[in-house]
Amino acid sequence: MMEKLAFYLQHPFVQYALIVGVLIALCSSLLGVTLVLKRFSFIGDGLSHVAFGAMSVAAVLGLTDNTVLVLPVTIICAILLLCRGQNTQMKGDAAIAMLSVTALAFGYLCSNIFSTSANLSGDVCTTLFGSISILTLRKEEVWMCMVLSVVVVLFFILFYHKIFDVTFDENFARAVGTKVDAFHFVLSIIIAVIIVLAMKLVGSLLVSALIIFPALSSMRLFQSFKGVTICSAVISVICAFSGILISILAGTPVGATVVGVDVLVFGVCWCLGRLHGGE
Amino acid sequence: MTILTANQLAVGYDGKIVCDHINFQVEEGDYVCIIGENGAGKSTLLKTLLGLNQPMEGSIVFAENLQKKEIGYLPQQTIVQRDFPASVEEIVLSGFQGKMGLRPFYNHKERKKAKENMETMQIADLAKKCYRELSGGQQQRVLLARALCATERLLLLDEPVTGLDPRTMVELYQLIQKLNDAGITIIMISHDISMSMQYAKHVLYLGHHSFFGTKEEYEKSEIGKKFSQLQEMEEKE
Repeated sequence: MMEKLAFYLQHPFVQYALIVGVLIALCSSLLGVTLVLKRFSFIGDGLSHVAFGAMSVAAVLGLTDNTVLVLPVTIICAILLLCRGQNTQMKGDAAIAMLSVTALAFGYLCSNIFSTSANLSGDVCTTLFGSISILTLRKEEVWMCMVLSVVVVLFFILFYHKIFDVTFDENFARAVGTKVDAFHFVLSIIIAVIIVLAMKLVGSLLVSALIIFPALSSMRLFQSFKGVTICSAVISVICAFSGILISILAGTPVGATVVGVDVLVFGVCWCLGRLHGGE
Repeated sequence: MTILTANQLAVGYDGKIVCDHINFQVEEGDYVCIIGENGAGKSTLLKTLLGLNQPMEGSIVFAENLQKKEIGYLPQQTIVQRDFPASVEEIVLSGFQGKMGLRPFYNHKERKKAKENMETMQIADLAKKCYRELSGGQQQRVLLARALCATERLLLLDEPVTGLDPRTMVELYQLIQKLNDAGITIIMISHDISMSMQYAKHVLYLGHHSFFGTKEEYEKSEIGKKFSQLQEMEEKE
Protein backbone atom coordinates (compact mmCIF):
# COMPACT_ATOMS: atom_id res chain seq x y z
CA MET A 1 0.00 0.00 0.00
CA MET A 2 2.80 2.40 0.90
CA GLU A 3 4.41 1.68 -2.44
CA LYS A 4 1.23 2.50 -4.25
CA LEU A 5 0.98 5.73 -2.30
CA ALA A 6 4.60 6.65 -3.01
CA PHE A 7 4.02 5.94 -6.67
CA TYR A 8 1.04 8.25 -6.82
CA LEU A 9 2.74 10.98 -4.82
CA GLN A 10 5.42 11.28 -7.48
CA HIS A 11 2.90 12.68 -9.91
CA PRO A 12 2.60 16.42 -9.88
CA PHE A 13 -1.19 16.32 -10.22
CA VAL A 14 -1.49 14.37 -7.00
CA GLN A 15 0.85 16.79 -5.24
CA TYR A 16 -1.17 19.72 -6.55
CA ALA A 17 -4.38 18.14 -5.39
CA LEU A 18 -2.96 17.61 -1.91
CA ILE A 19 -1.58 21.15 -1.60
CA VAL A 20 -4.74 22.79 -2.87
CA GLY A 21 -7.00 20.48 -0.89
CA VAL A 22 -5.24 21.14 2.38
CA LEU A 23 -5.13 24.91 1.83
CA ILE A 24 -8.78 25.10 0.91
CA ALA A 25 -9.68 23.02 3.93
CA LEU A 26 -7.64 25.32 6.16
CA CYS A 27 -9.29 28.50 4.87
CA SER A 28 -12.81 27.15 4.90
CA SER A 29 -12.49 25.85 8.44
CA LEU A 30 -11.28 29.23 9.73
CA LEU A 31 -14.26 30.84 8.11
CA GLY A 32 -16.58 28.12 9.33
CA VAL A 33 -16.20 29.02 12.99
CA THR A 34 -17.55 32.52 12.41
CA LEU A 35 -20.28 31.38 10.05
CA VAL A 36 -21.55 28.62 12.32
CA LEU A 37 -21.55 30.86 15.38
CA LYS A 38 -23.32 33.64 13.55
CA ARG A 39 -26.00 31.13 12.48
CA PHE A 40 -24.92 31.38 8.89
CA SER A 41 -24.09 27.75 8.25
CA PHE A 42 -26.34 27.79 5.24
CA ILE A 43 -24.61 30.63 3.51
CA GLY A 44 -21.93 28.29 2.18
CA ASP A 45 -24.59 26.07 0.74
CA GLY A 46 -26.49 28.94 -0.83
CA LEU A 47 -23.41 30.52 -2.35
CA SER A 48 -22.14 27.26 -3.75
CA HIS A 49 -25.42 26.82 -5.58
CA VAL A 50 -25.04 30.31 -6.94
CA ALA A 51 -21.56 29.37 -8.10
CA PHE A 52 -23.01 26.27 -9.77
CA GLY A 53 -25.54 28.41 -11.62
CA ALA A 54 -22.84 30.81 -12.73
CA MET A 55 -20.66 27.92 -13.84
CA SER A 56 -23.40 26.52 -16.03
CA VAL A 57 -23.93 29.90 -17.63
CA ALA A 58 -20.19 30.20 -18.18
CA ALA A 59 -20.15 26.80 -19.84
CA VAL A 60 -23.03 27.80 -22.11
CA LEU A 61 -21.26 31.01 -23.05
CA GLY A 62 -18.22 28.93 -23.89
CA LEU A 63 -15.83 30.70 -21.54
CA THR A 64 -12.58 28.79 -21.25
CA ASP A 65 -11.79 30.13 -17.80
CA ASN A 66 -15.11 30.08 -15.99
CA THR A 67 -13.66 31.73 -12.84
CA VAL A 68 -13.96 35.07 -14.64
CA LEU A 69 -17.72 34.82 -14.41
CA VAL A 70 -18.22 32.57 -11.41
CA LEU A 71 -16.13 34.54 -8.93
CA PRO A 72 -17.71 37.98 -9.45
CA VAL A 73 -21.23 36.57 -9.41
CA THR A 74 -20.58 34.66 -6.20
CA ILE A 75 -18.95 37.67 -4.56
CA ILE A 76 -21.91 39.86 -5.42
CA CYS A 77 -24.36 37.34 -3.99
CA ALA A 78 -22.26 36.95 -0.86
CA ILE A 79 -22.27 40.70 -0.31
CA LEU A 80 -26.02 40.85 -0.90
CA LEU A 81 -26.64 38.08 1.62
CA LEU A 82 -24.25 39.15 4.35
CA CYS A 83 -24.34 42.90 4.20
CA ARG A 84 -28.00 43.61 4.68
CA GLY A 85 -28.92 44.17 8.32
CA GLN A 86 -27.47 41.34 10.36
CA ASN A 87 -30.21 41.59 12.92
CA THR A 88 -32.85 40.32 10.55
CA GLN A 89 -31.97 36.66 10.85
CA MET A 90 -35.23 35.17 9.71
CA LYS A 91 -35.26 37.06 6.48
CA GLY A 92 -31.65 36.12 5.84
CA ASP A 93 -32.64 32.50 6.17
CA ALA A 94 -35.33 32.76 3.54
CA ALA A 95 -33.14 34.86 1.26
CA ILE A 96 -30.42 32.22 1.23
CA ALA A 97 -32.89 29.42 0.53
CA MET A 98 -34.48 31.42 -2.27
CA LEU A 99 -31.22 32.38 -3.90
CA SER A 100 -29.78 28.89 -3.72
CA VAL A 101 -32.69 27.07 -5.34
CA THR A 102 -33.11 29.77 -7.97
CA ALA A 103 -29.47 29.50 -8.97
CA LEU A 104 -29.60 25.72 -8.97
CA ALA A 105 -32.70 25.56 -11.14
CA PHE A 106 -31.51 28.29 -13.46
CA GLY A 107 -28.10 26.71 -13.86
CA TYR A 108 -29.46 23.29 -14.71
CA LEU A 109 -32.05 24.79 -17.03
CA CYS A 110 -29.38 26.73 -18.90
CA SER A 111 -27.07 23.81 -19.34
CA ASN A 112 -29.98 21.64 -20.40
CA ILE A 113 -31.35 23.98 -23.04
CA PHE A 114 -28.11 25.24 -24.51
CA SER A 115 -25.91 22.28 -23.87
CA THR A 116 -23.43 21.19 -26.50
CA SER A 117 -22.04 18.41 -24.39
CA ALA A 118 -22.84 14.80 -25.12
CA ASN A 119 -22.77 13.83 -21.50
CA LEU A 120 -24.88 16.42 -19.73
CA SER A 121 -25.66 14.49 -16.57
CA GLY A 122 -21.98 13.60 -16.24
CA ASP A 123 -21.01 17.28 -16.47
CA VAL A 124 -23.62 18.34 -13.95
CA CYS A 125 -22.62 15.56 -11.62
CA THR A 126 -18.99 16.67 -11.81
CA THR A 127 -19.87 20.24 -10.90
CA LEU A 128 -22.12 19.13 -8.08
CA PHE A 129 -19.82 16.56 -6.53
CA GLY A 130 -16.39 17.68 -7.61
CA SER A 131 -14.83 14.34 -8.50
CA ILE A 132 -12.12 15.00 -11.07
CA SER A 133 -11.55 18.74 -11.25
CA ILE A 134 -9.18 18.62 -8.27
CA LEU A 135 -6.92 16.27 -10.23
CA THR A 136 -6.79 18.46 -13.31
CA LEU A 137 -5.37 21.57 -11.66
CA ARG A 138 -2.89 23.68 -13.57
CA LYS A 139 0.20 25.14 -11.98
CA GLU A 140 -1.22 28.68 -12.09
CA GLU A 141 -4.28 27.56 -10.21
CA VAL A 142 -2.14 26.03 -7.51
CA TRP A 143 -0.20 29.29 -7.16
CA MET A 144 -3.35 31.35 -7.06
CA CYS A 145 -4.75 29.07 -4.39
CA MET A 146 -1.58 29.41 -2.31
CA VAL A 147 -1.57 33.19 -2.52
CA LEU A 148 -5.24 33.42 -1.61
CA SER A 149 -4.78 31.09 1.33
CA VAL A 150 -1.94 33.18 2.67
CA VAL A 151 -4.14 36.27 2.36
CA VAL A 152 -7.01 34.57 4.18
CA VAL A 153 -4.83 33.24 6.98
CA LEU A 154 -3.15 36.64 7.42
CA PHE A 155 -6.55 38.30 7.55
CA PHE A 156 -7.59 35.91 10.29
CA ILE A 157 -4.48 36.47 12.35
CA LEU A 158 -4.47 40.24 12.05
CA PHE A 159 -8.18 40.68 12.63
CA TYR A 160 -8.64 37.78 14.99
CA HIS A 161 -9.91 39.92 17.87
CA LYS A 162 -12.17 41.94 15.62
CA ILE A 163 -13.61 38.74 14.21
CA PHE A 164 -14.29 37.51 17.71
CA ASP A 165 -15.92 40.75 18.70
CA VAL A 166 -18.17 41.00 15.67
CA THR A 167 -19.13 37.33 15.92
CA PHE A 168 -19.90 37.41 19.60
CA ASP A 169 -21.76 40.69 19.82
CA GLU A 170 -22.34 42.78 16.76
CA ASN A 171 -24.21 45.55 18.53
CA PHE A 172 -21.51 45.99 21.11
CA ALA A 173 -18.85 46.01 18.42
CA ARG A 174 -20.75 48.69 16.56
CA ALA A 175 -21.27 50.68 19.74
CA VAL A 176 -17.56 50.84 20.52
CA GLY A 177 -16.82 51.96 16.98
CA THR A 178 -15.77 48.81 15.12
CA LYS A 179 -16.54 49.13 11.45
CA VAL A 180 -18.86 46.15 11.35
CA ASP A 181 -20.17 46.80 7.85
CA ALA A 182 -16.72 47.04 6.34
CA PHE A 183 -15.85 43.85 8.14
CA HIS A 184 -18.87 42.04 6.73
CA PHE A 185 -17.99 43.30 3.30
CA VAL A 186 -14.49 41.84 3.46
CA LEU A 187 -15.81 38.66 5.04
CA SER A 188 -18.33 38.08 2.26
CA ILE A 189 -15.66 38.52 -0.40
CA ILE A 190 -13.47 35.98 1.37
CA ILE A 191 -16.35 33.54 1.71
CA ALA A 192 -17.13 33.80 -1.98
CA VAL A 193 -13.49 33.25 -2.98
CA ILE A 194 -13.15 30.24 -0.72
CA ILE A 195 -16.34 28.69 -1.98
CA VAL A 196 -15.35 29.06 -5.60
CA LEU A 197 -11.99 27.48 -4.78
CA ALA A 198 -13.51 24.76 -2.63
CA MET A 199 -15.88 23.77 -5.42
CA LYS A 200 -12.88 22.39 -7.26
CA LEU A 201 -12.16 20.13 -4.34
CA VAL A 202 -15.53 18.81 -3.27
CA GLY A 203 -18.04 20.16 -5.77
CA SER A 204 -20.81 22.61 -5.08
CA LEU A 205 -23.16 20.36 -3.14
CA LEU A 206 -20.54 19.41 -0.58
CA VAL A 207 -18.82 22.76 -0.03
CA SER A 208 -20.73 23.61 3.10
CA ALA A 209 -19.55 20.36 4.69
CA LEU A 210 -15.99 21.67 4.53
CA ILE A 211 -17.09 24.89 6.17
CA ILE A 212 -19.29 23.62 8.98
CA PHE A 213 -17.98 20.20 10.05
CA PRO A 214 -14.54 21.19 11.40
CA ALA A 215 -16.08 24.07 13.34
CA LEU A 216 -18.83 21.89 14.77
CA SER A 217 -16.37 19.14 15.68
CA SER A 218 -14.04 21.46 17.55
CA MET A 219 -16.94 23.10 19.37
CA ARG A 220 -17.62 19.74 21.00
CA LEU A 221 -14.11 19.72 22.41
CA PHE A 222 -13.07 23.29 23.17
CA GLN A 223 -14.52 25.99 25.38
CA SER A 224 -12.69 29.06 24.15
CA PHE A 225 -12.88 30.85 20.83
CA LYS A 226 -9.14 30.52 20.30
CA GLY A 227 -9.25 26.81 21.06
CA VAL A 228 -12.15 26.25 18.70
CA THR A 229 -10.53 28.20 15.87
CA ILE A 230 -7.18 26.44 16.08
CA CYS A 231 -8.68 23.00 16.60
CA SER A 232 -11.03 23.45 13.69
CA ALA A 233 -8.15 24.38 11.39
CA VAL A 234 -6.17 21.34 12.51
CA ILE A 235 -9.12 18.96 12.14
CA SER A 236 -9.95 20.30 8.71
CA VAL A 237 -6.38 19.97 7.41
CA ILE A 238 -6.05 16.43 8.72
CA CYS A 239 -9.41 15.41 7.28
CA ALA A 240 -8.66 16.87 3.87
CA PHE A 241 -5.20 15.32 3.73
CA SER A 242 -6.28 11.86 4.79
CA GLY A 243 -9.45 12.08 2.73
CA ILE A 244 -7.53 12.79 -0.45
CA LEU A 245 -5.03 10.00 0.27
CA ILE A 246 -7.82 7.52 0.96
CA SER A 247 -9.63 8.48 -2.21
CA ILE A 248 -6.44 7.95 -4.23
CA LEU A 249 -5.81 4.55 -2.70
CA ALA A 250 -9.38 3.34 -2.75
CA GLY A 251 -10.35 5.03 -5.99
CA THR A 252 -13.31 6.78 -4.42
CA PRO A 253 -14.52 10.27 -5.39
CA VAL A 254 -12.33 12.89 -3.69
CA GLY A 255 -15.02 15.27 -2.45
CA ALA A 256 -17.29 12.66 -0.96
CA THR A 257 -14.36 10.93 0.74
CA VAL A 258 -13.08 14.13 2.34
CA VAL A 259 -16.55 14.95 3.60
CA GLY A 260 -16.93 11.38 4.81
CA VAL A 261 -13.79 11.71 6.92
CA ASP A 262 -15.08 15.03 8.24
CA VAL A 263 -18.33 13.40 9.32
CA LEU A 264 -16.44 10.56 10.97
CA VAL A 265 -14.26 12.99 12.94
CA PHE A 266 -17.36 14.91 13.98
CA GLY A 267 -18.83 11.68 15.34
CA VAL A 268 -15.67 10.98 17.32
CA CYS A 269 -15.55 14.55 18.68
CA TRP A 270 -19.19 14.37 19.63
CA CYS A 271 -18.60 11.18 21.62
CA LEU A 272 -15.52 12.65 23.27
CA GLY A 273 -17.45 15.79 24.15
CA ARG A 274 -20.22 13.74 25.72
CA LEU A 275 -17.76 11.64 27.70
CA HIS A 276 -15.84 14.66 28.88
CA GLY A 277 -18.81 16.85 29.65
CA GLY A 278 -20.67 13.96 31.24
CA GLU A 279 -23.97 15.28 29.92
CA MET B 1 -21.16 68.87 34.13
CA THR B 2 -23.73 67.84 31.55
CA ILE B 3 -22.41 65.03 29.40
CA LEU B 4 -25.47 64.29 27.30
CA THR B 5 -28.45 66.36 26.19
CA ALA B 6 -31.39 65.15 24.11
CA ASN B 7 -33.42 67.85 22.44
CA GLN B 8 -36.88 67.17 20.99
CA LEU B 9 -35.49 63.78 20.08
CA ALA B 10 -37.53 61.29 18.08
CA VAL B 11 -36.33 57.71 17.85
CA GLY B 12 -37.37 54.84 15.64
CA TYR B 13 -36.18 52.43 13.00
CA ASP B 14 -36.92 51.57 9.38
CA GLY B 15 -38.29 55.07 8.90
CA LYS B 16 -40.95 54.68 11.59
CA ILE B 17 -40.97 56.88 14.66
CA VAL B 18 -41.48 54.88 17.83
CA CYS B 19 -41.27 57.68 20.36
CA ASP B 20 -40.88 61.43 19.96
CA HIS B 21 -40.58 64.66 21.97
CA ILE B 22 -37.93 63.17 24.21
CA ASN B 23 -36.08 65.78 26.24
CA PHE B 24 -33.58 65.07 28.93
CA GLN B 25 -30.09 65.72 30.08
CA VAL B 26 -27.61 63.57 31.91
CA GLU B 27 -25.06 64.95 34.34
CA GLU B 28 -21.69 63.43 35.05
CA GLY B 29 -22.12 60.83 37.78
CA ASP B 30 -25.87 60.62 37.26
CA TYR B 31 -27.95 57.44 37.52
CA VAL B 32 -30.81 57.56 35.05
CA CYS B 33 -33.46 54.91 34.79
CA ILE B 34 -35.41 54.60 31.57
CA ILE B 35 -38.83 53.06 32.08
CA GLY B 36 -41.97 52.62 30.03
CA GLU B 37 -44.22 49.98 28.62
CA ASN B 38 -43.07 47.32 26.18
CA GLY B 39 -42.57 48.79 22.75
CA ALA B 40 -42.34 52.33 24.09
CA GLY B 41 -38.95 52.70 22.43
CA LYS B 42 -36.58 52.22 25.34
CA SER B 43 -34.11 49.98 23.56
CA THR B 44 -34.41 52.07 20.42
CA LEU B 45 -33.52 55.17 22.42
CA LEU B 46 -30.49 53.46 23.86
CA LYS B 47 -29.37 52.34 20.42
CA THR B 48 -29.83 55.87 19.15
CA LEU B 49 -27.70 57.21 21.99
CA LEU B 50 -25.04 54.70 21.00
CA GLY B 51 -25.19 55.72 17.37
CA LEU B 52 -26.50 52.35 16.22
CA ASN B 53 -29.67 54.05 15.00
CA GLN B 54 -29.91 57.54 13.61
CA PRO B 55 -32.14 60.05 15.42
CA MET B 56 -35.31 60.57 13.37
CA GLU B 57 -35.72 64.13 14.57
CA GLY B 58 -34.13 66.41 17.10
CA SER B 59 -30.63 66.05 18.37
CA ILE B 60 -28.37 64.37 20.87
CA VAL B 61 -25.48 66.48 22.07
CA PHE B 62 -22.59 64.88 23.89
CA ALA B 63 -20.14 66.80 26.03
CA GLU B 64 -17.21 67.82 23.91
CA ASN B 65 -14.73 65.75 25.86
CA LEU B 66 -16.79 62.56 25.65
CA GLN B 67 -15.82 60.38 22.73
CA LYS B 68 -17.97 57.65 21.29
CA LYS B 69 -15.31 55.15 22.25
CA GLU B 70 -15.78 56.06 25.89
CA ILE B 71 -19.30 54.71 26.14
CA GLY B 72 -19.75 51.26 27.61
CA TYR B 73 -22.76 49.22 26.58
CA LEU B 74 -24.46 46.20 28.06
CA PRO B 75 -26.80 44.88 25.37
CA GLN B 76 -29.61 42.43 25.82
CA GLN B 77 -28.40 38.92 25.32
CA THR B 78 -28.80 37.41 21.89
CA ILE B 79 -29.42 33.78 20.93
CA VAL B 80 -25.98 33.66 19.37
CA GLN B 81 -24.34 34.24 22.72
CA ARG B 82 -26.15 31.58 24.66
CA ASP B 83 -24.04 28.70 23.38
CA PHE B 84 -20.99 30.61 22.24
CA PRO B 85 -17.68 28.88 22.90
CA ALA B 86 -15.65 31.69 24.43
CA SER B 87 -13.77 32.04 27.67
CA VAL B 88 -14.69 34.80 30.10
CA GLU B 89 -11.31 36.40 29.59
CA GLU B 90 -11.74 36.59 25.83
CA ILE B 91 -15.08 38.30 26.18
CA VAL B 92 -13.94 40.82 28.77
CA LEU B 93 -10.88 41.72 26.70
CA SER B 94 -13.04 42.34 23.66
CA GLY B 95 -14.29 45.46 25.44
CA PHE B 96 -11.07 47.17 24.37
CA GLN B 97 -11.93 46.72 20.70
CA GLY B 98 -12.84 50.34 20.14
CA LYS B 99 -9.59 51.61 21.56
CA MET B 100 -7.38 49.33 19.50
CA GLY B 101 -7.85 50.77 16.06
CA LEU B 102 -5.91 48.57 13.67
CA ARG B 103 -3.53 47.15 16.26
CA PRO B 104 -4.11 43.39 16.05
CA PHE B 105 -3.35 42.29 19.61
CA TYR B 106 -4.06 43.42 23.17
CA ASN B 107 -1.21 44.97 25.10
CA HIS B 108 -0.08 44.35 28.62
CA LYS B 109 -1.90 47.35 30.06
CA GLU B 110 -5.21 46.20 28.61
CA ARG B 111 -4.79 42.71 29.97
CA LYS B 112 -4.09 44.14 33.41
CA LYS B 113 -7.11 46.41 33.24
CA ALA B 114 -9.30 43.53 32.12
CA LYS B 115 -8.15 41.57 35.15
CA GLU B 116 -8.98 44.47 37.44
CA ASN B 117 -12.44 44.77 35.93
CA MET B 118 -13.02 41.06 36.41
CA GLU B 119 -12.07 41.49 40.04
CA THR B 120 -14.47 44.41 40.42
CA MET B 121 -17.22 42.21 39.02
CA GLN B 122 -16.12 39.30 41.22
CA ILE B 123 -15.55 36.95 38.31
CA ALA B 124 -11.74 36.78 38.36
CA ASP B 125 -11.86 33.10 39.31
CA LEU B 126 -13.98 32.36 36.25
CA ALA B 127 -11.49 33.85 33.76
CA LYS B 128 -10.77 30.57 31.96
CA LYS B 129 -14.32 29.27 32.20
CA CYS B 130 -16.58 28.98 29.21
CA TYR B 131 -19.23 31.65 28.90
CA ARG B 132 -22.05 29.26 28.02
CA GLU B 133 -21.54 27.28 31.23
CA LEU B 134 -22.07 30.28 33.51
CA SER B 135 -25.27 31.18 35.28
CA GLY B 136 -27.34 34.10 34.06
CA GLY B 137 -26.04 36.42 36.75
CA GLN B 138 -22.44 35.48 36.05
CA GLN B 139 -22.95 36.05 32.34
CA GLN B 140 -24.29 39.53 32.99
CA ARG B 141 -21.29 40.31 35.17
CA VAL B 142 -18.98 39.18 32.39
CA LEU B 143 -20.72 41.53 29.97
CA LEU B 144 -20.54 44.32 32.57
CA ALA B 145 -16.82 43.76 32.95
CA ARG B 146 -16.50 44.00 29.19
CA ALA B 147 -18.47 47.25 29.16
CA LEU B 148 -16.15 48.57 31.85
CA CYS B 149 -13.19 47.87 29.59
CA ALA B 150 -14.78 50.12 27.01
CA THR B 151 -15.53 53.00 29.37
CA GLU B 152 -14.62 54.77 32.53
CA ARG B 153 -17.35 57.36 32.24
CA LEU B 154 -20.69 56.34 30.82
CA LEU B 155 -22.45 52.98 30.93
CA LEU B 156 -25.62 52.20 29.01
CA LEU B 157 -27.42 49.13 30.32
CA ASP B 158 -30.29 47.44 28.50
CA GLU B 159 -32.33 45.50 31.05
CA PRO B 160 -29.39 44.04 32.90
CA VAL B 161 -31.45 42.01 35.38
CA THR B 162 -33.90 40.29 33.04
CA GLY B 163 -34.25 36.60 33.78
CA LEU B 164 -32.27 36.64 37.00
CA ASP B 165 -33.49 35.32 40.31
CA PRO B 166 -34.24 37.94 43.00
CA ARG B 167 -31.04 37.49 44.96
CA THR B 168 -28.76 37.71 41.92
CA MET B 169 -30.79 40.71 40.83
CA VAL B 170 -30.08 42.56 44.07
CA GLU B 171 -26.41 41.67 43.84
CA LEU B 172 -26.21 43.03 40.32
CA TYR B 173 -27.97 46.25 41.32
CA GLN B 174 -25.50 46.68 44.14
CA LEU B 175 -22.60 46.17 41.76
CA ILE B 176 -23.98 48.78 39.41
CA GLN B 177 -24.48 51.12 42.36
CA LYS B 178 -20.85 50.58 43.29
CA LEU B 179 -19.79 51.63 39.80
CA ASN B 180 -21.97 54.70 40.07
CA ASP B 181 -20.38 55.56 43.41
CA ALA B 182 -17.01 55.31 41.70
CA GLY B 183 -18.11 58.12 39.38
CA ILE B 184 -19.39 56.25 36.33
CA THR B 185 -22.56 57.68 34.86
CA ILE B 186 -25.29 55.06 34.48
CA ILE B 187 -28.18 55.04 32.04
CA MET B 188 -30.27 51.94 32.50
CA ILE B 189 -33.42 50.48 31.02
CA SER B 190 -35.40 48.56 33.55
CA HIS B 191 -38.64 46.65 33.80
CA ASP B 192 -38.40 46.39 37.51
CA ILE B 193 -39.66 49.77 38.69
CA SER B 194 -39.58 49.32 42.44
CA MET B 195 -36.02 48.07 42.49
CA SER B 196 -34.57 50.57 40.08
CA MET B 197 -36.34 53.38 41.94
CA GLN B 198 -34.22 52.57 44.96
CA TYR B 199 -31.05 53.39 43.10
CA ALA B 200 -31.90 55.88 40.35
CA LYS B 201 -31.35 59.60 40.70
CA HIS B 202 -33.34 60.57 37.63
CA VAL B 203 -36.17 58.86 35.82
CA LEU B 204 -36.98 59.02 32.13
CA TYR B 205 -40.43 57.68 31.33
CA LEU B 206 -41.12 56.98 27.66
CA GLY B 207 -44.67 56.93 26.44
CA HIS B 208 -47.28 59.19 24.84
CA HIS B 209 -46.18 61.95 27.17
CA SER B 210 -42.60 61.38 28.07
CA PHE B 211 -41.40 62.52 31.42
CA PHE B 212 -37.98 63.38 32.74
CA GLY B 213 -37.14 64.46 36.26
CA THR B 214 -35.66 63.43 39.54
CA LYS B 215 -36.95 60.33 41.23
CA GLU B 216 -38.97 62.40 43.70
CA GLU B 217 -40.56 64.47 40.95
CA TYR B 218 -41.46 61.32 39.09
CA GLU B 219 -43.10 59.70 42.10
CA LYS B 220 -45.31 62.76 42.59
CA SER B 221 -46.21 63.15 38.93
CA GLU B 222 -49.45 61.88 37.36
CA ILE B 223 -47.55 59.62 34.98
CA GLY B 224 -45.55 58.13 37.80
CA LYS B 225 -48.61 57.31 39.88
CA LYS B 226 -50.49 55.85 36.96
CA PHE B 227 -47.58 53.76 35.77
CA SER B 228 -46.75 52.30 39.14
CA GLN B 229 -50.41 51.38 39.61
CA LEU B 230 -50.31 49.61 36.28
CA GLN B 231 -47.19 47.76 37.31
CA GLU B 232 -48.72 46.66 40.57
CA MET B 233 -51.76 45.36 38.77
CA GLU B 234 -49.56 43.39 36.43
CA GLU B 235 -47.62 41.93 39.29
CA LYS B 236 -50.81 40.81 41.02
CA GLU B 237 -51.91 39.02 37.91
